Amino acid sequence: MNPALDSKTQNSVRPDATWEAMLECAVKEVFQIMLQSELTTITKTAEEVSTGDTTAMVGLAGSLCGVMSIRCSSQTAESVAGRMLGSVGAVNPSEVPDALAEICNMVAGNFKSKITRLADSCMLSVPTVIRGEDYEMVTIADGDQIVVCVDYEHAPIWATLAVHS
Amino acid sequence: MKRPRVLIVDDSSVMRKIIERSLRQAGLDLGEVVEAGNGIEALSAIRGGVFDLILSDINMPGMDGIEFLRQLVTLEEGKGIPVVMVTTEGSETRVVEALSIGAKGYIRKPFTPDQIKERVSPLLEVMR
Repeated sequence: MNPALDSKTQNSVRPDATWEAMLECAVKEVFQIMLQSELTTITKTAEEVSTGDTTAMVGLAGSLCGVMSIRCSSQTAESVAGRMLGSVGAVNPSEVPDALAEICNMVAGNFKSKITRLADSCMLSVPTVIRGEDYEMVTIADGDQIVVCVDYEHAPIWATLAVHS
Repeated sequence: MKRPRVLIVDDSSVMRKIIERSLRQAGLDLGEVVEAGNGIEALSAIRGGVFDLILSDINMPGMDGIEFLRQLVTLEEGKGIPVVMVTTEGSETRVVEALSIGAKGYIRKPFTPDQIKERVSPLLEVMR
């Protein structure tokens, strides 16, 4: 049996009060290292929901089951892709979802590595990207949800970890 | 002096470009850089040409980096090519598995050009 899935039955990991700070740190580190971009945290009320027409998602399975997502506007996603690739002019449109998917993948991996109990017992899926004018992200699972909003060049980027109970 | 021919294996075309750019930013004098989107494409590339270094992701659809490594070490064309895993994988188990099969090291994403240079330079020095 897959060691990560095997460990799920033995040692399910639940979020604690430190996870929001860990997620915030994971997001900021990825942008600092890969884009040389310093993000600042935007404080949001509990009622505010993530917005933006581009969302990248990575599934987590094993001792922690859930979905990590990064959501922003298409303009922000294009800017992120451009900075990642060091592009001066316009970015190839096909590379925009790919870039955001990699950001999400790295945030999930970086977050996971910060939580010792998760590192070896939780696996990541291949990323998925959704784009569209009008959609709402709904978590069916009744588990915890950790949401971080950061400012990237005066535009919000939302990082959400939805944990399945 | 022969410039090293490099194979970059990653399902993300953006990440393949970033890895190549990081190798060049690190001051490594590379020859041709060939890209593959997964282990299957990588094995095909290796059967068709000689490489001095392979950088491979672990988590890929089709054939992942671990299975690619397993098959690579059984190929005559693959013998002796140093492989460095470039991965978001925080799992020690997966990394140790890759190292036990024959990978020469690993780089965690996100990475800086200096981190790539630190891992790759000694492997390219050996071929000189």
